[in-house]
Amino acid sequence: MILTLIKKEINLEIRRKTVISGLLVYLVSTVFISYIAFGFKVVEPISWSALFWITLLFTTVNTVAKSFIGEKKGKDIYFYSIVSPEAIIVSKICYNFLLCGILSFAGFAFFVLFLSNPINDAFLFCITILLSALGFASSLTLLSGIAAKASNSTILMAVLSFPVIISILLLSIKITKNCIDGLDRSASYDELTILTAINCLSIAFSYLLFPYIWRS
Amino acid sequence: MVRIKLAWWKILTIILLYYTVVGGLLLPVPKLHILNETIRMNYFHVPMWFSMIFLFTYSVWSSFKYLKTQDIKYDDNAIESVKVAFVFGGLGLVTGMLWGNATWGTFWTSDPKLNNTAIGLLIYSAYFILRSSLEDETQRGRLAAVYNIFSYTVFIPLIYILPRMTDSLHPGNGNNPTFRLFDTSHNMKLVVYTAIIAFIMLGWWLFTLLLRLRVLKKYQNETF
Repeated sequence: MILTLIKKEINLEIRRKTVISGLLVYLVSTVFISYIAFGFKVVEPISWSALFWITLLFTTVNTVAKSFIGEKKGKDIYFYSIVSPEAIIVSKICYNFLLCGILSFAGFAFFVLFLSNPINDAFLFCITILLSALGFASSLTLLSGIAAKASNSTILMAVLSFPVIISILLLSIKITKNCIDGLDRSASYDELTILTAINCLSIAFSYLLFPYIWRS
Repeated sequence: MVRIKLAWWKILTIILLYYTVVGGLLLPVPKLHILNETIRMNYFHVPMWFSMIFLFTYSVWSSFKYLKTQDIKYDDNAIESVKVAFVFGGLGLVTGMLWGNATWGTFWTSDPKLNNTAIGLLIYSAYFILRSSLEDETQRGRLAAVYNIFSYTVFIPLIYILPRMTDSLHPGNGNNPTFRLFDTSHNMKLVVYTAIIAFIMLGWWLFTLLLRLRVLKKYQNETF
C-alpha cells in the first residue's frame, strides 16, 4: 500500500517535471546569488556553512510545502475513502525524504562548484545531510498538512515550520563545523545521536497525529 | 454588593507569594563574588520556568484529551494555559536579562540557553497565529491540538537538552555552579521552593480566570 503510494507520487512527479525542475532552478539561482553576493571569491568556511544551511532550509520548506498545499480538494476525499491516513503520511514522508535528499546533495554539489569545498570529512557530512533531510521531511510534512487546511497557507507554512526545524538546523550546523575543522568523528557522536532521536520523535508523532488532521 | 469568597488555595497562593517577595528581598543570602545581591533574582527567575513548563505540559495534556474526546472545553483549556505559560516564559526571559545585565554586563549574549528559549517562544507565537487563521471551531481545535503536541516535542529538547551540550555562561551549564538540591544554602532553598510552588499556583489561578472569561464571552455571543 505504502509502496504503491510512493510510486504514485514519483510517477506524478516525473510526469509533471515542472515542480522538480522549478526547485532545481530555485536552488541554482540561490547558490548563484550567494556566489555573486560574496563577490565571486572563495567564501570563508563559517559563511559557507551558514549559506549552505539557509539555502537548504528554504529549498526544503518549498519542496515539502507543496506536498499537501498543492493538492486539489477532490483528491483528498478520494484518497480518504480508499487508504488509511497512516499509509498516506508514511508514503509522503518517504517521498519527501527522497526529494529533500536529492535536492540537498544537488545543493552540496553546486556549493562545491561555485563556492569551493571547505569540508574535510565528506562522509560524515553526507550522513548529516541525509539525517537532516529526514528530519526536515518528517516534521515539515505534518506541518504542511496543517497549513493546507488554513486559508493563508503559504505564509502559515513558513511561520509554523521555521521555529520547529531550528533545532535540527542547529545540530546540523554544529556537525558541519566539526566537519570543516576536520575534528575526529567521535566529537560529533552526541549530535548525531540527538539528531537521530529528534527524527524518530518527529516521525512517531507525525504518524500518531496525522489521522486527526486528515479527518477534518 | 457581592462578596467574593476566595477558595482556600487562592488564599494560600497569596500567603506564599507574600512570603516569596518579603523573604526573597529581605532574608540573608550568601555573599558571593560578582553575584552579590543579584542572587536574589534566582527567587523570581527560576519559578517562572517551572510555572511555564507546568502550564505547557498541562496544555499538551488538554490537547491530547481534546483529540480523544472532541470536547471543545479541552481546547479552551489548552489555549488559555498556553497564553499564561507564554507570559511566564516572557517574564523568565526578562528577569534573566536583568540578571545578565548585572553580572555579565549585557542584556543579551549568544548563549544557547537564551537563544533557544527565544526560539521556543517563537514556536508558541506560531501557535497563536495558526489559531487566528482558522475559522471553523472544531477544525481549529484539532489542528491547534496537533501543532501544540508536535511543537512541545520539539520545545523540550530545544530548551533542556541542546543547551546542555555546549559551553554556556548560564548557571548550571558548562561547569558553572547553580541552584542544586544540596549546595544551596538552607534559607535560599526554603524561599526558592516556596517561590516555585507559589508561582505555579499563581499561574493556575490566572489560567482559571482567563478560562472563565473565555467561557463567559462564548456564552455572551451565543445569547445575543
